[in-house]
Amino acid sequence: MAQRRIRILLAKPGLDGHDRGARVLARSFRDAGFEVIYTGCHQTPEQIAATAIQEDVDMVGLSCLSGAHNYLYPAVARLLQAEGADEIVVVGGGIIPDKDIPPLKAAGLKEIFLPGATLDSINDWIRANITPKE
Amino acid sequence: MFTQELLDKSSLMRKKWEDEVKKIIAKNADMKDRWSTVSDLEIKRIYGPEDIKDMDFEKDIAYPGQFPYLRGNQATGYRGKFWTFRMFAGMGTAVVTNERWHYLLSTGQTGLSTAFDFPTLMGYDTDSPKAKGECGKCGVAIDTIDDFRDLIKGIPLDKITTSMTINPPATALWAMYCASAQEQGIPLTKIGGTIQNDMLKEFIAQKTLMCPPEPSVKLISDTVEFGTKYVPRWNTISISGYHIREAGATAVQELAFTLRDGMEYVEDAIRRKGLHVDEFAPRLSFFFNSHIDFFEEIAKLRAARRIWAKGMRERYNSQDPRSWWMRFHTQTAGCSLTAQQPYNNVVRTATEALAAVLGGTQSLHTNSLDEVLCLPSDHAVQIALRTQQLIAEETGVVNTIDPLAGSYFVEALTNEMEEKAWEYIHKIDEMGGMVAAIEKGFPQMEISDAAYKFQKQIDAGEKIMIGVNKYNIEDEIVDIPIVEIDDSIEATQLERLAATKRKRDGRKVAECLKDLGEACKKGENVMPFCIEAVKNYATVQEICDVYREVYGEYRDPGIY
Repeated sequence: MAQRRIRILLAKPGLDGHDRGARVLARSFRDAGFEVIYTGCHQTPEQIAATAIQEDVDMVGLSCLSGAHNYLYPAVARLLQAEGADEIVVVGGGIIPDKDIPPLKAAGLKEIFLPGATLDSINDWIRANITPKE
Repeated sequence: MFTQELLDKSSLMRKKWEDEVKKIIAKNADMKDRWSTVSDLEIKRIYGPEDIKDMDFEKDIAYPGQFPYLRGNQATGYRGKFWTFRMFAGMGTAVVTNERWHYLLSTGQTGLSTAFDFPTLMGYDTDSPKAKGECGKCGVAIDTIDDFRDLIKGIPLDKITTSMTINPPATALWAMYCASAQEQGIPLTKIGGTIQNDMLKEFIAQKTLMCPPEPSVKLISDTVEFGTKYVPRWNTISISGYHIREAGATAVQELAFTLRDGMEYVEDAIRRKGLHVDEFAPRLSFFFNSHIDFFEEIAKLRAARRIWAKGMRERYNSQDPRSWWMRFHTQTAGCSLTAQQPYNNVVRTATEALAAVLGGTQSLHTNSLDEVLCLPSDHAVQIALRTQQLIAEETGVVNTIDPLAGSYFVEALTNEMEEKAWEYIHKIDEMGGMVAAIEKGFPQMEISDAAYKFQKQIDAGEKIMIGVNKYNIEDEIVDIPIVEIDDSIEATQLERLAATKRKRDGRKVAECLKDLGEACKKGENVMPFCIEAVKNYATVQEICDVYREVYGEYRDPGIY
């Protein structure tokens, strides 16, 4: 049987509407051959975790540019852990100050993509770090 | 524009020049084959008389203050008055923002512009679970009129105009402004300012969403009607291309979608409210982006004025020149700035501000060098404001009006942008208007196409952003002060809100909200009910919850 494609949930937690990065990434993931589900803006961490589990994704990508990442990103990781879905990799992107990165990683974010990351570099990271479920 | 004799002569001379160019590039090729704007509009090596030969000076160019207002609305240009230096500001609580406003006024700013935090923008109170972590982060938190009173403390409402970037809850915030003015004994006829109140671009780009498009436009027409009758100096809609551009649109898309949005509001106010176009159109204002591609931006702003003037006269049979004037604010492009090597942003902003001025803006916000990273520091704001003051007072560009008029290139580019914008406008007309186009996802998809294409061009090095894909500094440490909004703001604001809720008459609030709901159901103008509600300390969310209940809630369909 052919291996399943990498399945990604791209999500915008919180009230932020800056979705240009998320929309561009959704297209880039699709063109890279990943399966992508994009939530649209204004999702609560609870909605994102529930969708991730329901859609059986391999990775959740979070994008928030309102400054609320320190609360919202760990909340998603925590909810997935609480549901026993910690095999789902959580990554985040945006304008994240350097000093916020270690605490976010400690909270369960596997990688943080910063301004200037190319689409290819993100796709390469996913191929190297995400194994689709059987 | 030109005699046939001149065109013939130019044609011969041009041929000679082309031959010369061919010879040179056969030996030394150009650095690239195709040259285009940041929006990927192809630009020729040179422009000449033949590129604008079909223009009619009287019909297409004329003088400032003359139809079609290509060269500006005001006959006197910037000699009588510079554009308004209007810096967007808001952070933390109302008290903190009020301090920033007083600081800005003390440094020579001439108008105020309010940034609200996300909960306020979306119509949620600080005590909503949805607001957690967001309070005061991107702007000022306003829950009730108590906050609003602190926001405007010491600001003379009859002298300083204030712009409020607020969309779904615009009726509630405007009601607070009106009620506060009345409390200070200032009649509504004396206050001036702007509410952004442009929901169509929210569906297209900015995504602060509340109710579906149709009732959203109804609420906007309510404000247009109320303003026309009672607050005649207020700009009730700031029809905004800024966010459309930031979401990834090209300059032409920004121009076309913004103006078509404006036409949608005009049509709705005429149809729904029975107003005559000239009763309200003079108070419509616009808001554009000024991006990094210098001439494209100048051409866009010039074209915008001409399209609007023609559209108002020809499509809506407007008779009043004030309706034909496109008055607009401009903000330099946040999306052109880089987190890398942030001091370069000062140069980008200066270039963009200069383009806005040469395009004839009436009001300008210049971004601060640190705005990619955080809310701006006082020092960064000062440099940004000084950039405007320097353009106004040192460079001499204000000496003469529309100095680029008659430039073969600028006029040809202006014409090209206008043509391409009309193509989009007519296409949207055929779809049944902007609400219908939005429901089909048309502008959203066009913008996504452009944003994706641009990102791929950046990644491929076809378009350059210094510090991002060229002249990068390895392991750069961005060492500028980062303004952070303390999380304790949330606790402070929660306490403020709780205090207001404790002191108010709950029964009276419930009554006001019930009346508002009835007005919504009956299709009556909501503004008088909003003013009554905020005077009785109804919160922003309580008002918006009424709208959500009556009109339904709209969720981002996540189009990409």
